[in-house]
Amino acid sequence: MSDGGAPPAAAGGEVVRSAASGAGPSREHDAGELEVRRAGDRGFLVEVAEHGQAHALAAAARRRFAERVEDVVPGAQTVLLRWGDPPPTLAELTAEIATLDLEAAAVDSRPPLTIPVRYDGPDLPAVAGALGLGVDRLIELHSQGDYLVAFMGFAPGFAYMTGSAPELHLPRRQDPRARVPGGSVAMASTYTAVYPTSAPGGWHLLGHTDIVLFDPDREPPALLDAGRRVVFEPR
Amino acid sequence: MIEVLDPGALTTIQDLGRPGWAHLGVPRSGAADPRSLRLANRLLANPGDAAALETTLLGPRLRLEVDAAVAITGAVVEARAGDRPVPMNAPVYLCAGQTLELGAASAGLRTYVAVRGGLDCKLTLGSASTDILTGLGPRPLRRGQRLAIGPTPAAFPDVDVAPIPALELEPRLGIVFGPRADWFSAAARRALTAAVYTVSDTSNRIGLRLLGPELSRVRDGELGSEGMVAGALQVPPAGNPILLLADHPTTGGYPVIAVLATADLPVAGQLRPGQRLRFREAPGGGRIR
Repeated sequence: MSDGGAPPAAAGGEVVRSAASGAGPSREHDAGELEVRRAGDRGFLVEVAEHGQAHALAAAARRRFAERVEDVVPGAQTVLLRWGDPPPTLAELTAEIATLDLEAAAVDSRPPLTIPVRYDGPDLPAVAGALGLGVDRLIELHSQGDYLVAFMGFAPGFAYMTGSAPELHLPRRQDPRARVPGGSVAMASTYTAVYPTSAPGGWHLLGHTDIVLFDPDREPPALLDAGRRVVFEPR
Repeated sequence: MIEVLDPGALTTIQDLGRPGWAHLGVPRSGAADPRSLRLANRLLANPGDAAALETTLLGPRLRLEVDAAVAITGAVVEARAGDRPVPMNAPVYLCAGQTLELGAASAGLRTYVAVRGGLDCKLTLGSASTDILTGLGPRPLRRGQRLAIGPTPAAFPDVDVAPIPALELEPRLGIVFGPRADWFSAAARRALTAAVYTVSDTSNRIGLRLLGPELSRVRDGELGSEGMVAGALQVPPAGNPILLLADHPTTGGYPVIAVLATADLPVAGQLRPGQRLRFREAPGGGRIR
């Protein structure tokens, strides 16, 4: 009925460090030292070092747990695993995660998705000004990046992409827009994204694309998911 | 078919939602009180995940175009078929042409109206549920809309009436601390299980804003966006927790101090604005096997 007597509230929630790989040297994709936290009685949050490890862990966990796990959700520094039925204990899961082969799961062989962009966004002049760049240079830098979908969230099909040049990093807008049109190509902080559908938003709008990133009646419904590489092609 | 004469305050179609798409940013959605939806379906010998109506406080007025069996569960309402009172938590047989009218809920927030055969509607990513966060699924009910009824199941209803415990006025909900309880002071963790919280009136199917003691952090800085689960108690910097419900966003950047025990999620789905609640640590970490 309990799960190994891990300390409750006083410890601030149960956290277990998976250590099944013992004294082996730490490798980049070693699952042996991942911290696992409980997220309720059906979920676990696994902390990872970087996006590649999150994507590899998500892929390996999907393979290992298959139908047993309902949702596997990569985040910025985590992977959430959520069961539909009563899950394993924290100790059982932590031990099992330590046996996952993340090296093998780390390979994403899909080609990059090319997103054609018309760089005509309303925030181009302001962003260029704030960054001390010309608009042409801004467009050049943004369209030359090799982007990686770090994780999804905010709205169906909304991909947080890393890989923009450091010269482009800029905080969100002071006053968010009540409506950002679907297809808007935008950036904020270190991320770039495309709004799949119209939504409120505080990101800087650089341009737009006609690609439909999310359509629930299409297979697959989302063109992007965590681990996918992306290039923007100016039109 | 069933004709919607009046949709009520906010009536949506709900089943058990669309799990398995959270990694694409698609909320699970589904009935806010899945226990009551399952009961309604069981009373009619429907599959447990058949689609039904979920009301919000004030129920709809419906006209049946065919003979049909219905079951009403969840928030307590007075329901009438023509002049005749309709009992809750029991299969009720209605005739073509009869009007089914639900009043205002006297306890709880969401009433489920299931029909034998289930509502037959287009599925979006495997579910008929209306997700008010993303707009996925059918739109909320509108006046004049007609709802199709699915094929009658082979099984027959074998329950006359289900004994249902009354909804508590001030429920005490089980929680499991974490995954980010270590972002909060010991005082905040104690306050969470000691204090009385009140549901604010800006609450909906996405989440309940709770008014009560502010939960102070011991850590500054930002948490990278991470996956969220229904029942998560997310704490924005101001310190008032938000209890995530069925249509919650799939990721969030506020630390989660604790998560509701799954068994108590249906209770949370019935909490009304202004209602008081408390939390307690779930026995066995919410894990009853």
